[in-house]
Amino acid sequence: MKLLEVKNVVKQFSGHRALDGVSLDIPENTVYGLLGPNGAGKTTLIRIINCITAPDSGEVFLNGKRLTAEDVRHIGYLPEERGLYKKMKVGEQALYLAQLKGMTKQEALMALKYWFEKFEIQSWWNKKIEELSKGMAQKVQFITTILHKPKLLIFDEPFSGFDPVNADLLKREILALKDGGATIIFSTHNMSSVEELCDNISLIDKSKIVLQGNVDEIRAAHATGTYRVVTKTNLHAESFDVQSEKETHHGFEYVLKSRAGESNNVLLGSLMTQSELFSFEEVLPTMNDIFIETVTTKPKQS
Amino acid sequence: MSKIALIIKREYTTRVMKPSFIILTFLTPVLIAGMIMVPLLLAQIKDNTEKKIVVIDQTGLYQNVFADNESFKFEFIDQSIESFRTSKDKESYDAVLFIPQDLSLNPKAATLFSEEQVGLELKSYVSGLLKDYIEERKLAELNIPDFKELVEKTKVSIDVKTVRWGKDGEEKMGSAELAVIIGMISAFVIYIFIVVYGAQVMSGVVQEKTSRIVEVIISSVKPFQLMMGKIIGIAMVGLTQFALWVILSVVLVTALTTAFGTTLDIEAYQQAQTMGVSAVNLPFDDQDGVVSELLIALQNFDFVQTGVLFVLFFLGGYLLYASLFAAVGSAVDNETDTQQFSLPLTLPIVFAIYAAIYSAENPDGPLAFWCSMIPFTSPIVMMVRLPFGVPAWQLALSLGILILSFIGSTWVAGKIYRTGILMYGKKITWKEMMKWVFYKG
Repeated sequence: MKLLEVKNVVKQFSGHRALDGVSLDIPENTVYGLLGPNGAGKTTLIRIINCITAPDSGEVFLNGKRLTAEDVRHIGYLPEERGLYKKMKVGEQALYLAQLKGMTKQEALMALKYWFEKFEIQSWWNKKIEELSKGMAQKVQFITTILHKPKLLIFDEPFSGFDPVNADLLKREILALKDGGATIIFSTHNMSSVEELCDNISLIDKSKIVLQGNVDEIRAAHATGTYRVVTKTNLHAESFDVQSEKETHHGFEYVLKSRAGESNNVLLGSLMTQSELFSFEEVLPTMNDIFIETVTTKPKQS
Repeated sequence: MSKIALIIKREYTTRVMKPSFIILTFLTPVLIAGMIMVPLLLAQIKDNTEKKIVVIDQTGLYQNVFADNESFKFEFIDQSIESFRTSKDKESYDAVLFIPQDLSLNPKAATLFSEEQVGLELKSYVSGLLKDYIEERKLAELNIPDFKELVEKTKVSIDVKTVRWGKDGEEKMGSAELAVIIGMISAFVIYIFIVVYGAQVMSGVVQEKTSRIVEVIISSVKPFQLMMGKIIGIAMVGLTQFALWVILSVVLVTALTTAFGTTLDIEAYQQAQTMGVSAVNLPFDDQDGVVSELLIALQNFDFVQTGVLFVLFFLGGYLLYASLFAAVGSAVDNETDTQQFSLPLTLPIVFAIYAAIYSAENPDGPLAFWCSMIPFTSPIVMMVRLPFGVPAWQLALSLGILILSFIGSTWVAGKIYRTGILMYGKKITWKEMMKWVFYKG
């Protein structure tokens, strides 16, 4: 079921078009990735979904109804430029934001206690935001974003500023939120996180969507017919090209490229006639490769 | 707790808990009390070291002129100035008064010699004595009988009392000086509060905008709630500060006056005044009763009425300006850009303070009247007019206009704020801002 639907959104800024006919559907209880190079229009799209800016044309629907400012109250939004009062203490601030979002003081205190313990940041409670590092402040802001358990969460570049350990923590929490029934949209440059987290993605480049769909399907569609094969004896290239060859103590390791769209089984069959197979694996392109390929080649075509 | 109450609470507590607020709030009354008390105390301290002055009078005319007082003791010696200058005796005197000639012929002949610079007090004391004596002698030379008495009789000191009649004809001792003082003080306080707290509203808005806090908050509250919460919260900070200043000043002045025994017994002055007795023990010179009159006028002054109107006009003026400051803050991208847009707001405030100063001279004149009606100047100018007595209809009209204006200005500001607070990276013009006001939504 579609939770959020963006239809043909156009946003023009003086001098350039930030979004040009962007449409996307976000199914409920999935993780949706917004990818794209810097300045592609990701943040503009997120701001439109949050009703921070209005589109020049096009519409956004939530649960099939036109999105209003009222609906935005049920969205948890983590902006790219982290917004917290620098002079305010962490605890006070988290409590204030939680209460603004409609939690009672008691609820907020309980929830905050849980999250502060989970992230092991209880000792920050009485520190001012300005005393924290960027990554630390980001943790605090992440908590304030998800504290009131919104059904739709939007994170703009959630991993920027995090060390690998904390980025991993964040990934686990995002998956946990999805398991808890939330729908999550996030924008990122971090492609490995996309493969780990996202069910669907949209790749935005130069204000247009250039690639959209299910992550697995996209990777399969971009398959180049490359395989990693380990065999007992030597292979001789017939219906395939050998890209690399390596002899190991338990056999021969090959990277092969099949010719002209052969199916896996056909290739497998021809390999089996040559040698005993230890392993056979199709190598799918990483999102990183797809990203670079799409972004660098598309403009040439148009 | 409702959302706007939460915002007000945050704006209020974060500001009131700031060390700078606490220091300023508690230090200012100390300074005010100090400014009132120090001159009073200094007047009481007498220089108890007696100064010895030796007089070398070559004319022999002034033997009886110099009367000793608490500070100065005069001695005559018969010695030439030259020999005294080098003699050991001079060590034991603080100054030498040398009179070589008859001063009625040469008024500039007398000279005071000393090692240290002579104080002004000694100089004026000596010249006063000599002047009186010579005047008297010159009058005597005219040979008119009882002339001195006649002259004495012509000396008068005029001080016109100002008395205000209440509606029922009841007399109230007033004081134009007091009215000016109270009026100017309250006008300045309102001026400072509007400028200081208006600027706080503006920088608060800019800060929320630049740090993108507003993007998070705006999903939970309406822009208008956020703006009004900030404005009201800061107004309460201002009122708290003002209330603390009044309380602390009163406590401090009372404490200091009792501690130093200069209790200003207003009752006694009033009694003395009504009974026509002037011989009250004042700690300072009050021959013409100016001070006691001021004190009586002060007692008769209607502090409750002024206080209530002060708060009303302060709130009205503050709300008018603060909402516009908030609109400016929301429209710009950073603190430095605010100057260009806040100038049209600060100009009328500065103009108001000048209008107030001139209105004090003619509190019922056309300048005073019109400026106390125009909402941008009325909170300040009306404060100056108030102690002189303002007809009730004018007060009502002025307040009415002010209230309507701030309702209008908050409405306009709310519209600008709503659009501006989420707008980035766009050069804002006045025209653009006016367009926002009329956006539908």
